[in-house]
Amino acid sequence: MGRLANLIGLVALLAVPMLGVSDYVLHLGITILIWGFVYTAWSLMGRFGLVSLGHGAFLGIGAYTVTMLWNHAGISPWLGIPVAVALAVLVAVLIGYPCFRFRITGHYFALVTLALGEIVLMLIVALRDWTGGSLGVTPASALSADVSFSLVALQVSSKGVFFYVAVGLWLLGLWVWKRVDSSMARYALEAANEQEDAAASVGVDVTRTKLTITVLSAALTALGGIAYGQYQLYINPETVSGIAKSLEIVFAVIAGGMYVRLGPTFGAAFTLLLAEGLRVAFGHDVHGLDGTIYGLMLVIFIIFMPEGILGRLARLWETRRAPTSPRTASA
Amino acid sequence: MIDIFLLEAILNGILLGGVLALLALGLNIVFGVIDVVWICYAELIMFGMYGNYVLHKDLGWPLLLAFAVCVVVVAVLGVLLHWLVIRPVLGGAPINQLLVTGGVLTFMQALATLVFGIEFRNLGISMPSLELGEIFLSQSRIWACGVSLVAVALLWLFLKKTYLGTAIRAISQDREIMPLMGVKPGRIYLITSAIGGGLAGLAACLLVLQYDVHPAIGLTFGPITFMVCVMGGLGNLLGGFLAAFIFAQFIQVGGFYFELEWGYVFAFCFFIAMMFWRPQGLLGKRA
Repeated sequence: MGRLANLIGLVALLAVPMLGVSDYVLHLGITILIWGFVYTAWSLMGRFGLVSLGHGAFLGIGAYTVTMLWNHAGISPWLGIPVAVALAVLVAVLIGYPCFRFRITGHYFALVTLALGEIVLMLIVALRDWTGGSLGVTPASALSADVSFSLVALQVSSKGVFFYVAVGLWLLGLWVWKRVDSSMARYALEAANEQEDAAASVGVDVTRTKLTITVLSAALTALGGIAYGQYQLYINPETVSGIAKSLEIVFAVIAGGMYVRLGPTFGAAFTLLLAEGLRVAFGHDVHGLDGTIYGLMLVIFIIFMPEGILGRLARLWETRRAPTSPRTASA
Repeated sequence: MIDIFLLEAILNGILLGGVLALLALGLNIVFGVIDVVWICYAELIMFGMYGNYVLHKDLGWPLLLAFAVCVVVVAVLGVLLHWLVIRPVLGGAPINQLLVTGGVLTFMQALATLVFGIEFRNLGISMPSLELGEIFLSQSRIWACGVSLVAVALLWLFLKKTYLGTAIRAISQDREIMPLMGVKPGRIYLITSAIGGGLAGLAACLLVLQYDVHPAIGLTFGPITFMVCVMGGLGNLLGGFLAAFIFAQFIQVGGFYFELEWGYVFAFCFFIAMMFWRPQGLLGKRA
């Protein structure tokens, strides 16, 4: 039954661009899917207690590497993407290995990753001769009035086409989540999150398992950053790195729920629609209203509903179906 | 012969170190006693800066009165933060305590944007620079550094010499045993939050003399404050003090040779390297 529902949902999703919906709706859809993908990537780590406040670093590395290679060396994103992902993986290993080796967890892990996020932000600003600094940068356009699609530059002006790219990425994220969920690594990570020494004593290679999930999360996040850059065709340090962006990821995931597979995506939809709704209701002029509400909600969520909206719904559903089952939901 | 400008950068670094030490102090005592990182600490300072602006610039209060009121107001904010936000999650997963203050960060930053807009504001007070031969030092920085040294000394005396200070130190050493000895942790936590908030308010008064205030100002010196605390060994007041001066030198001297952002990049890289070398902090003991 679950499989059929998934299939119907997917078909409905794929049909969206063919229904003649406006570009605005497509834009919302694409944004939700890309960020849903990034948030899913973050949650791969976050759900095992590896709370990173520096995922902006990987977004920034992804987006800026590809754009810089294309703008300054004329290297196609086809080559730039593997380079950027490799760079993100390298950084993840450089930070992750010593962290996990020396048992840096909890607050300390969050603060080390926060430093990483700030380093990338500062580097982008400091290298302003190449990156354009805080003003941001536009990938050199391969599009024009006649050319609506460039395979070499991976640029496309049609939102409908990009929608499918975003769906593909998002499905990739969900697939990785499922693979992790059904692997031995999941049990190892859950054990390590509960009791690191105990897990190590029964033969779990804690450092290695944590590093694997971190590398996976970093690589996918970099991909998300690249997708965002190629879609918006404009990036700046604030939108793809730094503490504010990193906190935004954490907030959306907490709102949606990081322990269920669709939770992060739900968080993406929820936060984006909230921001858009407020913008429509109050106009452009009221700056800061969405943040005020976000912040308050984040506090309320953590205090009263730490498993997130979708997590709570899934648990209610589970308990209704199997009132005796003590396990919480893991969709 | 040492370059006169390098010397100036080093002296400025020492003064900046004093300011950073004060910034780290409040965060550190809160962490040491309650075991919670206030991610929104820099936003408390931002509120204090706006408070000074409103009282002195808009309402025309004398500067020193505005300072005193702001310290008290931010101390109350610290207590409210603990009472309303931290206390409900004290029993939960430790990381939630950090994240919940992340929510407060977003809230305060956005609220400031809503109320004050995104313009940069300043008190319009400019203190003359102090001239030592060819070296120019900012007088407001000298004040800030001096006040922060006095504050550190007073806090140290309070913790060592008073009954309440002893109770605070005892709680920070063992949260389970002390309640059995008749110390009420809830009350100690509130007092500590008030001290932490008060120190943030004091920092706000000193910073508002040097920097323009805007809603995102917390993001510019928040991260560095956390780094200073962690590098000193979270909760270790003396370590944080030392780390502040090391960090400040990285920023000033790095910024002298390259650009200011590079100074920060070096400082953060140094922080990450230190985390691996001494994860327990500069002066911490290995658990």
